[in-house]
This record gives sequence, structure tokens and C-alpha cells, in this order.
Amino acid sequence: MGNLEIRNIFKSFRNNQVLSGINFQVEEGEFVSILGPSGSGKSTLFNIIGGILVPDQGEIILDGRNIVGKRGSISYTPQTPALFPWRTVLDNVLLGQEILGLKEKEKALEMLEKAGLKGYENAYPDELSGGMKQRVSFIRSLLSPQTLICLDEPFSALDEFTRIQMQKWLQTIWLEHRRSVLFVTHNIEEALFLSDKIVILSNKPATVKKIFQIPFSRPRTEDFMLSEEFLSWKRQIYQEISESFLFVEPSM
Amino acid sequence: MKKMIRLGWKPISLLVFLLLFWELYVKIMAVPEWLLPAPSAIFKELYGGFPQWYGHLLPTTFLAITGLVIGSVIGVVTAIILHLVPFVRQAFYPILIVSQNIPIIVLAPLLVIWFGFGMLPKVIVIVLVCFFPITIALLDGFKQTSPDLLHYMKMAGATKGQIFTKLEWPHALPSLFSGLKISATYSVMGAVISEWLGANKGLGVYMTLSSSSFRTDRVFVAIFIVVLLSLLFFACILMIEKKMIKWKGAGGKNNGKFGN
Repeated sequence: MGNLEIRNIFKSFRNNQVLSGINFQVEEGEFVSILGPSGSGKSTLFNIIGGILVPDQGEIILDGRNIVGKRGSISYTPQTPALFPWRTVLDNVLLGQEILGLKEKEKALEMLEKAGLKGYENAYPDELSGGMKQRVSFIRSLLSPQTLICLDEPFSALDEFTRIQMQKWLQTIWLEHRRSVLFVTHNIEEALFLSDKIVILSNKPATVKKIFQIPFSRPRTEDFMLSEEFLSWKRQIYQEISESFLFVEPSM
Repeated sequence: MKKMIRLGWKPISLLVFLLLFWELYVKIMAVPEWLLPAPSAIFKELYGGFPQWYGHLLPTTFLAITGLVIGSVIGVVTAIILHLVPFVRQAFYPILIVSQNIPIIVLAPLLVIWFGFGMLPKVIVIVLVCFFPITIALLDGFKQTSPDLLHYMKMAGATKGQIFTKLEWPHALPSLFSGLKISATYSVMGAVISEWLGANKGLGVYMTLSSSSFRTDRVFVAIFIVVLLSLLFFACILMIEKKMIKWKGAGGKNNGKFGN
């Protein structure tokens, strides 16, 4: 379960072509990152997978079912934590389930404990730090019953130190649960550290420029991020991206 | 308690100063009592005239509460309908605004002609005054729903009903209470105005009787009671708000305390 197939997705707004034939796959239990700078159509793609937008052409197949235009088929961690300020941490992580008519309180408490949030079950989001909020937000999607989790640049608003901590944390949690994950980021290191597969989008209108299979074993450590091997991969990906983006004159 | 003293001493000293000035002015200039009574005379009448005004207090309070409750219910229902049915909102919203520009003092005698001197026209006056601030505040609250949270709800597959009950309604609660606070104070004023139209009892009656017999001290007593009653209503709403919206300001003190 958790097998996602993006087939030939096209989308344009008025005369502005945003996506132009996107194709890739997320296998069961795989961690796939989509890499590309802001404005490369990643959000549009996410909204299409989430069923909020309907593509002009193409199919989204999840576990053999076409989910085009079907909301609630995936579990979602947004860019901002999007926690409900009037709900306690516990009620917040249960929200994804609640919407689908479930409520596994015990499981939620257990996950909160494992995430280092024991004692905060009844705190309100206002009382948490940025990293903690993002963890709560991720646990909310982990608890949701859908087979695929989509994360939209979840760590982009965090400072460098918290971000590295959060990446390690995410890896640990993911290794434990092995859910299929689709992860959007504009950070090359983050993508390399976490992914089994990296999908690189081209400049607008976006197509899949290249797909890298990342062979590194897990769990990956911080030292690994400084290894020669890691850096050579980084160089390779950087070159691939700069071909499609960096020669474009900055408009500012 | 300490907080009350810290925040309260400035307005209270100003008030005391103004009352003193008033007292001295009346005394020194020898202003006749029917024109402007001194604060000391007003307080004396407030205390000594208790048997005179006490009987008028309860009918007005009862009237104001009845009007406020009915007005609030109508205000909330109106806001929800206007919010959930765009067609109705487009049709009614401008008319709603215009309707508020009809002076209640003109409308009131008409209501008496249509509905007589009973309780009904009076309640209608209060309802008309009360529902509007609630409707507008609540509609505003619905409109300001966080787009991030809304996006999450849609991605998570929430139905329109779930979006309303789990997101829009709790999100708009603080706005609802802003509207309620305004309406609560208006309701007392509305009750007094409606009693001017014709009633046997009530602070409005006491006020008209006093002013037509040049008992200016009693008019001030009535004003004082009306203000006190409004403040009391306001405080009640504030208390309910504190009970219902615990999450507001949960940060404040603790911000950063749980940092990692």
C-alpha cells in the first residue's frame, strides 16, 4: 500500500503553463523528494495530488485507484504547521483521523511520547516552539490512515540547527513506520539526507528533468553529510539544477 | 487583585478628580439643583431614594436580558446563514447595512402603533439594536479564517460541514464575543429607550418621570444605574468568554518556556 503514480500531468492557469507532462512514481515505503526552487510548480502539483485542483490532463493513481479531484486521499503536512490554536496538542494530532471518522487516542499518546512531546498533550500550540509545532503537524499526518504522506517544505521556516535536528528526527520516525512519503523541498542537502529518490523539476513549465536514485544506506548520520561521497552527489544534483534554473537572469 | 490596582488607579483617580471638580464648581457657582445637582446630592438620592427606583430596576433588567438573548440568537443564525449561502449574503448584506441607518427612535413609535404597549414592541426594539453587531462581528470572524488552516482541512478531505464546525466556527468565536460585548451594553440602552414609549415600570419610566418633574438628581441616578447595569452585562459576557476561549493567551506567559 502507498504506491503513487503520477502520469503525464498537465496544468495551466489561463495562458500560464505551469506543469507540462509530469511523470514519476512513489513505490511502497519509499521516500521520494521533489527538488526545485520556489515557483517551479511544486505547490500546484501538491494541490493536484491533494484533489484541490484538477489537472488539464493526466492521471494520479494511488494504490490502483484514480484519485484525480478526490480530496482526502493523501495525508498532508503543510509548510506552516497549520495547528488549530484552540485545540490541545492531542486534539490537534487527532484531527486528521477525526475528519475521516476515526479516533485512536492511545496510539496518538504513544506517538507523542516517542516524538519527545510527552507532557505537552494538553498544551496549546501557542506554547510550543517552532520545531515542536512542526513535529506535532507531522504526527498528525502519521496518524491519518491514508497510505501516502505528502510533506510540503515542512522545515523551510525553521532555523538551521532546528532543521538538522528535525531531519534526523524525521528519518528515525520514518524508519520506524516505513510509510510512503512524498517530500517537497528546495534544499539539496535535505533531499539527499532523507530520500531514496530525488525528482528534479525543470523550470516553468515544469517537467521532470531527471530522477536520481540515492543508494546510501540508512540510518544516515550527520557525519555522512560531510563525507566526500555526499558532496559529490550534491555537486551532481546542483549541476543538474543550475542547468535548468540558475542561468535564468534574476528578475529582482 | 494587584493587577486591578495596577491598571485601575489611573482611570479611577481621573474619575475622582472630575467628580471633585464638578462638586466644587456646583458649590462655588451656586448652581441650582434642578439645573445641575452636585455629585454628593446624586449619591444621597441614589442611597436615600432606593425605594423609589428599586421597583424600576428589575423590569428593565428582565427586558434587556430577554432582548439580548433573542437578539443574539437571531444575530448568530443570521450570520451563519449569510456565511454559508453566498446567494443570500449577496442579496441581504447591503440591505442589512442600510436597515441599521433607520433611527431606532423613529422606528419605535411605529412599533407601538403596530404591536401596542405590551412587551413585544419593546423586545423588538432591543433585538433590532442587538443583533446587528453580533452578525457583523461573526461574519467578519468567518471571513478571517486562516487560509493555511483552510488549506489543510481541504487537503485532509474535510466536508463543508466539517470545515464549518471544526474550523470556521471555533475560529470566529472571539469575534462573536466582541459583538456580544457591544450588544450587551446596547441592550440596556435599548430597554430604556423602549420604555420611553410607554410602560408602567422601568428605568426609562423613572427617567421620564424624574425629568418632567425637574428632579434632575433622579435623572442622574437613573443614568448611574443604567451605566452600572451595562457594565455588569459586559462583565458577564467577559466571564463567559474567559471560560469558553481558554486557548487565547495560553502563549503569552509561557512563550519560549517549552522551547527545545
